[in-house]
Amino acid sequence: MRLRAILLAGIVGILSVLLLGLPSQASDVGGDEADEGPTTVVSGTVRNASDENKPVEGVTITATPDATGEEVEATSDEDGEYEMEVPALGRTVIAIDVDSLPDDVSLAEGAPTELTPVLDVGRPSFTAIFRVGQSESTAIGTLDQLAQNVYNGLYFGIILALGALGLSMIFGTTGLTNFAHGEMVTFGAIMTYTFNVAVGMNIFLSGIIAIALSALFGYLQDRYFWRILRHRGTGLIAMMIVSIGLQFFLRNVFQFFTGGRTENYNDFTTPSGISAGPVTFSMRDVYCMIIAIVLLTVVAAALKFSRVGRAARAISDNPALAASTGINVDRVVTLVWTVGVALAGTCGIILGFSQSVKFDLGAQILLVMFAAITVGGLGSISGAIIGSIIVGVLVETSTLIIPSELKIAAAMFLLIVILLVRPQGLLGNKERIG
Amino acid sequence: MDIITGTLSAAVSVQAAYFCLAAIGLNVQFGYAGLLNFGQAGFLAVGAYGFAVAVASFELPFFAAVAVGLGCTALLALLLGIPTLRLRADYLAIATIAAAEVIRLFFGATFREYFKGRDGVSGFTADFQSVNPFDSSVLGFRPGEFWVMVVGWTLVVLSSVFVWLLMRSPWGRIMKGIREDEDAVRSLGKNVYSYKMQALVLGGLIGALGGLVLALGQNSVQPDNFNADLTFIVYTMLILGGAARIFGPIFGAIVFWAALSFIGAVLTKLTRGDDPFIPSWLMTDNQVGSVRFMVVGLCLMALMIFRPQGVFGDRKEIALDAR
Repeated sequence: MRLRAILLAGIVGILSVLLLGLPSQASDVGGDEADEGPTTVVSGTVRNASDENKPVEGVTITATPDATGEEVEATSDEDGEYEMEVPALGRTVIAIDVDSLPDDVSLAEGAPTELTPVLDVGRPSFTAIFRVGQSESTAIGTLDQLAQNVYNGLYFGIILALGALGLSMIFGTTGLTNFAHGEMVTFGAIMTYTFNVAVGMNIFLSGIIAIALSALFGYLQDRYFWRILRHRGTGLIAMMIVSIGLQFFLRNVFQFFTGGRTENYNDFTTPSGISAGPVTFSMRDVYCMIIAIVLLTVVAAALKFSRVGRAARAISDNPALAASTGINVDRVVTLVWTVGVALAGTCGIILGFSQSVKFDLGAQILLVMFAAITVGGLGSISGAIIGSIIVGVLVETSTLIIPSELKIAAAMFLLIVILLVRPQGLLGNKERIG
Repeated sequence: MDIITGTLSAAVSVQAAYFCLAAIGLNVQFGYAGLLNFGQAGFLAVGAYGFAVAVASFELPFFAAVAVGLGCTALLALLLGIPTLRLRADYLAIATIAAAEVIRLFFGATFREYFKGRDGVSGFTADFQSVNPFDSSVLGFRPGEFWVMVVGWTLVVLSSVFVWLLMRSPWGRIMKGIREDEDAVRSLGKNVYSYKMQALVLGGLIGALGGLVLALGQNSVQPDNFNADLTFIVYTMLILGGAARIFGPIFGAIVFWAALSFIGAVLTKLTRGDDPFIPSWLMTDNQVGSVRFMVVGLCLMALMIFRPQGVFGDRKEIALDAR
């Protein structure tokens, strides 16, 4: 009965989200004139890397689609942001007008003044990135930078652990390699954004609602989807491919509602940095880390000491044996899904601060989460947390040696190496590999 | 009317041909050998980039450049296969998808003088187009495009015939045997590892031909052409048509691509204009892309749940049990 009541409350909640979400959608497109062809939104922010990434105002950016040959122009505002609608698809030349840069600002040495992306229907918006100003990275001592990167890595790793722990718990109890887990992360961020910005609620309240909705999302997903598939006898590989389909679907639903834009919460978007020796950090990030550590400790302790946690671990070891000892496997698995998705949602809420809210926020870290739980040992609780921190630190410190676009590749590389030399991961049991 | 002609031309377009080749390659790996390769996009990327860079930066002749593209792909398959083919199916999936991501990021961020970053390589089809026998448009396709289509579909037919002959040979029977029960095949004294490697290389090479057709068709290659979504779309096509069938991947690729363009065209029509049929608060034409890909996700889920053997396949022949 209690579950029914929660369910009902949740459905009302989701309905209200949908209802409240729609008007904001309408206001975004209301100003559109009916134009003939498909359009793509080209946007970006001009920041000066040599001056603390301050926004640069009044820079002219032009976009010329090959198809029409007509130039579209935009100028950056006081926040350095610009946006324009390009009335064509296909190859487009996006250029920055170097003469429009203020006198004391110039492009980074060797940086291109033109980008030539191919705009297509699957990508309704494009973020153009020009490297303005010489990055200071060479000016800072390598050791100091190492300290900063290790801190960044620890932060990223601890937040990542929230998502990875959920993924690992679900894998442990059901054997499902859930490719849609990244979308659970995105869900938390988008719900927080909806309540915080579209509805106008306080950020803390929005976050709590988002966590509750994530938990509900996890509950409903298992109760009315995965459990049915398990009972139908769908194989693990088939379910893995189903989760890929779900990932595809959810990611595009998110894109449908957010339109591919990069959004920020109303509060705490640019916290002031505090310097402690070589490391700069913000109180916002510290509080986020504390919240994450508390949640991780609570969940890990519950799995270790509580009755239901022991049941979950028993199911991980041997579902049939667990069921024969009187454990209600379905109920425990549904609980694991509820907690796992709530953790993933929390991961997304926190990532939304540092990486902004976007429809593919979670999809981008899915493989990093896989790397984390493989390194730690699939299905292992402490392994997921330790693996996340190792991967987080590796990803952030790798930028000292390799280009930062490749930092995710460092995690993928570690994943492949671990599969080579120790496929059970650092803390996994050997027999889990089969 | 233009929706119907648009759908028909999508069904025979360059894109359909390259999806066909990618799906035929995947069929060798997943359908016949039971290898859950989630890195097919990586093979396409290496084939396309190997060819494009060989022409654009090193000015090799056409066939030498094709050989470079295929050679790089075979090398990648060997490098990837040596460590991963001994792993269980889901580990193989994660390892291959990770490798494909590394390849995509690598093309986007390193050796900019050759790979040109995220803008990609372009301007390498002059040799190919100089032997174009068509000088006026055919059936509404530009001559250059039609030439790529002819070559692309020829490759589809050739590789299908090749796979068909191969799979009725003893080699093909061993391949299916591995999919069904690799321990049984091992007990017959066959080197399962080596056979799996051959399937991975062969499937990768056919996929690389697809990458080549893509590169020739759009006269450029960008790293974002080869993200993980490409692999998943190809999986959807293969499962729709039916894995472990010769016509499965071809049927799946053509029908699915035509259906996607049809949905796109209809939705665009319904959302465009002064007073669109679908009100703009519900959906605008910028959102058509998302809706199309939602359909991809839904199709993949529904197929996997209700009909994993697709249109032509046999349920007993689909490798869906972890081992």
